Amino acid sequence: MESLLQKLAVENGLVLAFAVVGLVVLLSGAISRHLTFGRIQGSAIAILLGLVLAYVGGRMTGGSKGLADLTCFGGLALMGGNMLRDFAIVATAFEVQPAEARRAGWIGATALLIGTFLPFVIGVAVAYAFGYRDAVSLTTIGAGAVTYIVGPVTGTAIGASSEVITLAIAIGVFKAILVMVTTPMLAGFMRLGTPRSAMVFGGLAGTVSGVSAGLAATDRKLVPYGALVATFHTGLGCLLCPSLLYLVIRALFPAHA
Amino acid sequence: MTLYGTTLLAVCHLLGILFGELLGRALGVQANVGGVGIAMLLLISARLYGHRRGWLDAKSEEGVHYWAALYIPVVVAMAMQQNVLKALSGGPMALLAAIATVAAGAGCVAFINRREPVSPSGQAPN
Repeated sequence: MESLLQKLAVENGLVLAFAVVGLVVLLSGAISRHLTFGRIQGSAIAILLGLVLAYVGGRMTGGSKGLADLTCFGGLALMGGNMLRDFAIVATAFEVQPAEARRAGWIGATALLIGTFLPFVIGVAVAYAFGYRDAVSLTTIGAGAVTYIVGPVTGTAIGASSEVITLAIAIGVFKAILVMVTTPMLAGFMRLGTPRSAMVFGGLAGTVSGVSAGLAATDRKLVPYGALVATFHTGLGCLLCPSLLYLVIRALFPAHA
Repeated sequence: MTLYGTTLLAVCHLLGILFGELLGRALGVQANVGGVGIAMLLLISARLYGHRRGWLDAKSEEGVHYWAALYIPVVVAMAMQQNVLKALSGGPMALLAAIATVAAGAGCVAFINRREPVSPSGQAPN
């Protein structure tokens, strides 16, 4: 019987994922209505539950893909993977009011630039405080604070050690999770409410996964505006960190050799 | 037909990713530069153009709206496969760097958004 269910789950991975996620969303909606009286959005609770399940899955398998590493939940990797995530993000563009997006274009681009430099500088400062002095490690850790993709791409490009690259990924993943969880709490403080404000947020918060989940948990209407800007974040980071920013850091921290 | 909308979405998605890859190569970057953003701009343009020319009907649009509606479930599935253990394995330094970055970012967003001019049409923010 058990092997039959296992077989069913493995052969229908994606379909099972739709069912599991649907149930989690349903449960979260009920928690939102009955336990928080609508104060916390259902989607915020669903994302939080998802992260808890990811932790449980990680503990059980020791793998890197959370719950999706359990053989029977392998379909989650497809449903929540980059392909379908990006496909769904692109689909939300149908709801964009072009006039709104155009009006906020320049401020979104400015936010994008600040959103690359600011995390980088903070990442470098923290790395310095923890005793790193060589330009390669400082740059890689700074890049990790931009997004968890920029970190390893930069580290690989400039030849960082694997421990430093791992650390950079950890910082980036932590940042993405933190953005997912704290965005609905900080939405009032950040004045998130208009398409323009969402574009500023998308540029500054970076990390497509963090922004997409954070805005989904705050106000679904804002998602396409934030995502439109945020999707340029990783590309810009991968462009600037191993080149311009690395040269700056190398000039500031010359090798002792 | 509903599938036409999904086809339009798929074509925009693929073209956007392709342009993003080409842009990355042209800039000498080992990453896709804004592919998804470019795909979104293509889809916005296709929608405006299709409406003007009259070849985009409500039935076809359903093929896009369905995927947009799946957005939140997809994001929940994404949350379920985050490498939470890895994030925690970074120790105090990863924690500090991530918190400082997010806090500074939130401060910046708040600073810029508090300066948002009232929209000229006078409409209240939604």
